[in-house]
Amino acid sequence: MDRLVFLLATGFARGLVIALFALSLVIVWRAARLVNFAQAAVATVAVFAAFAVTGATGSFWAGLAAALVAGAVLNAAVERGLMRRVPSGSPLPGMIVAIGLVMVLQSALGIAFGPRHRPMAAPFDERPFVVGGVPLLSAYDLFVLVVALAVVGLLAWLFNGTSLGLQLRASAAAPEVSRLLGVRVPRMVTLGWALSGAVAALAALLLVPTELGLNAHSADLLFVHAFTVAALGGLDSPTGALVGGVVVGVLVSLVTGYVGAGVAPLAVLALLTLVLLVRPGGIFAAAQVRAA
Amino acid sequence: MTAATSSALAVDGLTVGYAGAPVLDGLRLAVAPGEVVALLGANGAGKTTLLRALSGLTPPRAGRVLLDGADLTALSVEDRARRGLAQVPEGRSVVTELTVDENLRLGALWCHPGRAARRAAVARTYDLFEPLARRRSSLGHQLSGGERQMLALGRALLARPRVLLLDEPSLGLAPRVVAQLMGVLRTTARETGLTVLLAEQNVTSALSIADRGVVLSLGAVVVDAPAPELAGDPALRHAYLGF
Amino acid sequence: MTATRPATAQETEETAVRDDRPAPGPARRLTRTQRILVRAAVLTLLAVAVTFVLDPYRNYQLAVVAATFCATAGLTLLVGLTGQLSLGHAVLMAAGGYGYALTVNAAAGAGLDGDGGASLARVVLGLAGAVVVSGAVGGLLGLAGARLRGPYLAGLTLAMVVALPALTAQVPALGGDQGLAVPFEGVPEALSRLIVVEQWHAWVAIVVAAVAVTPLALLRSGRAGLRMRAVHGDETAARLSGVSPARVKVGAFVASSLAAGLGGALLCLVTQSVGPGHYDLAFSLLLVVAAVVGGLGSLGGAAAGAALVVLLPWLVDTVTAAVGVPADLEQRLSGNLAVLVFGALLIVVTLVWPGGLARAATRRRHRPRGRTDAPAASPHPTASQPLER
Repeated sequence: MDRLVFLLATGFARGLVIALFALSLVIVWRAARLVNFAQAAVATVAVFAAFAVTGATGSFWAGLAAALVAGAVLNAAVERGLMRRVPSGSPLPGMIVAIGLVMVLQSALGIAFGPRHRPMAAPFDERPFVVGGVPLLSAYDLFVLVVALAVVGLLAWLFNGTSLGLQLRASAAAPEVSRLLGVRVPRMVTLGWALSGAVAALAALLLVPTELGLNAHSADLLFVHAFTVAALGGLDSPTGALVGGVVVGVLVSLVTGYVGAGVAPLAVLALLTLVLLVRPGGIFAAAQVRAA
Repeated sequence: MTAATSSALAVDGLTVGYAGAPVLDGLRLAVAPGEVVALLGANGAGKTTLLRALSGLTPPRAGRVLLDGADLTALSVEDRARRGLAQVPEGRSVVTELTVDENLRLGALWCHPGRAARRAAVARTYDLFEPLARRRSSLGHQLSGGERQMLALGRALLARPRVLLLDEPSLGLAPRVVAQLMGVLRTTARETGLTVLLAEQNVTSALSIADRGVVLSLGAVVVDAPAPELAGDPALRHAYLGF
Repeated sequence: MTATRPATAQETEETAVRDDRPAPGPARRLTRTQRILVRAAVLTLLAVAVTFVLDPYRNYQLAVVAATFCATAGLTLLVGLTGQLSLGHAVLMAAGGYGYALTVNAAAGAGLDGDGGASLARVVLGLAGAVVVSGAVGGLLGLAGARLRGPYLAGLTLAMVVALPALTAQVPALGGDQGLAVPFEGVPEALSRLIVVEQWHAWVAIVVAAVAVTPLALLRSGRAGLRMRAVHGDETAARLSGVSPARVKVGAFVASSLAAGLGGALLCLVTQSVGPGHYDLAFSLLLVVAAVVGGLGSLGGAAAGAALVVLLPWLVDTVTAAVGVPADLEQRLSGNLAVLVFGALLIVVTLVWPGGLARAATRRRHRPRGRTDAPAASPHPTASQPLER
């Protein structure tokens, strides 16, 4: 029973981080109607940047800031430099370009940094607090939880409570109409990508170094998890991403705890297959109400 | 032809479409400040193509678009909007995922900086279009056809445009609603000196509020006459408007 | 016939192609099927002839290229004709490889060990086993894929490839991380004085590749190919014409996985082992690179692409070793530099040069046609303004 509570609690915390990454996919999907397969690779570059900065300054927080900036700038560059030139009409060219980008980024990181997995010291204690004899969350888990919730709240406020958020939403939902109203849609799309890059970088930074150690390919699994979350929750739906994230996080935690870490990818694959077969649109997918 | 510099909107030698089969071929048109011009013609005559080219949504192969004498050719869609060229495009132009209020605020954003100014501008629109005020929190997709067109029109007017383009605003609406819409359009144009170019298949209602009628056929202007003349001449009506 | 006027020569030709009859004309022409079979036979013989002038290591590489070609041929057809992007074709090859290994080991255990006739029998049985397993996996995947839109299918196949090591670790019969080993198939008695084992393996690979790819060529140029293109273009219209999109998509998936499975079996034969280490995401992506750079939908392009992805990494390693970079850098460049080039190629080909190598080859053969469409001078006739989606 104790074990269950512990696994649930940590699964919830990790799940929120996966949800964050899924949110970054949702942002790009809403802005550009495509799944950004290169998101994890970009986030990994950002985390390496954080690594370098933390190594140079000794401060985790400086590294965090560096990751956010790197993720935002790199994603914006990808949108402006590459994605704009992709012929529309079929999702295929966009996906292939994204995959090419993944290969370029991962191999560049591999050439620059080598194959070692670099562990990163967490800024807070990783030992769990024991409450009433039951091990719960560690200080680091709490930190992750707080940050994830704060970011979700911030994004909700940005999109729903500000003029900028209104423009972002309008640009994604009805780009032509928005342009006719004077909204600088190209700028908004780039901003959406940049935002998405920062959020993904943050999620990767919170999860990757302390879980697996950082290496060019360590975010692949995170992407698969986040993609599963997005499929589960609906690529269109932020709420879906949150709920889906918690579900996947808890699933991975329970499977890892009770069966073994090696089986987790299989469990996620099984879940993804199930979701895609039963409800290809996602559980929370927004109804098709987009204007023509 | 009116001299380009004294027109609110002028089109010179506009060619849009494919090399072998242009949709608009060397089109010339001028609209005086404060004029309401009805753009008529059958389906496929090029009305929508012309309006899209004016706003910058479809790049032309040749020709110029001038707003108050200034060449718009190099400007993007959003920059033309910010210069005062507004359009209510054909079909469902209301952003269905946003509320009525959000749709209106979207239209007010660039020209009314500051929350208070925006709120005041939106309030004025509610005064003008009463039914919208009652539905301000409804999502776009919950509105009726007439309400949507009202919203689209109100939203376009928020930016106090210089020239307003409308593409088939009466499409799919009941006659009573059409009359109401046209009435508001006419009154606003008179009061603010707005220049209007109205593309319509509903010839009668368009000519009823227009000063001048321009008929397009196969991408070129074939008739350009004062509205009463067009409405009153059976031969012209028969030849070009089909009744 | 109730034709009211005599058919034009072009119409007659088209009907003939569709119905696979010899077309009337000045000289006796072959049917489409016959033409493809003849071409396949000629290419196979040419390839076998080439093995005589290559040294053993080159023949080994040729065998690997042939094996890879099986997979890229299927993939280019799948992506190019039906628009379904599979990021997990490595798993289908792996399925074939494991199917081959399990069958061959079972056969050897059941008494079919030894050289000569037994060796050939083992190989044939193994190939059959490979086809069964990869076909089954491909069929399941195709059934799932038929219901999914592009990005979702790609994501599902991605998840599959990432999960493969976990699967092989959990099922003991699959040998975990080490994988399975298979008996070494030597040169048959009769030829043992003429050729060495690498050349023998190359022959086997070439023949099997011909057997794997020729049906794909036939599928592509016939009615099935038309149906695939119809479904890719517009599913609703296809359905109205009596074509079942689901059936076509699943069929395409199964066809491509049968070929990929044979490729995996060949790789197992040539390397005497199969394991999850080789069939990872990176390899899957290399298959995509081969298909895209070669030109989606083109079998010749798939062959060129297969050669590219097999030979370029080897070339990079050779050059860096010759140039004499420090050992640490050499290790980091190995594998990574080739992938960097491939990723860049993917991007460049998609954005600037769609159609890949195949399009470049045909452009030189045919007179370049002037572009009479496209209102603006854009490189893609299908590209609309950058942001309108």
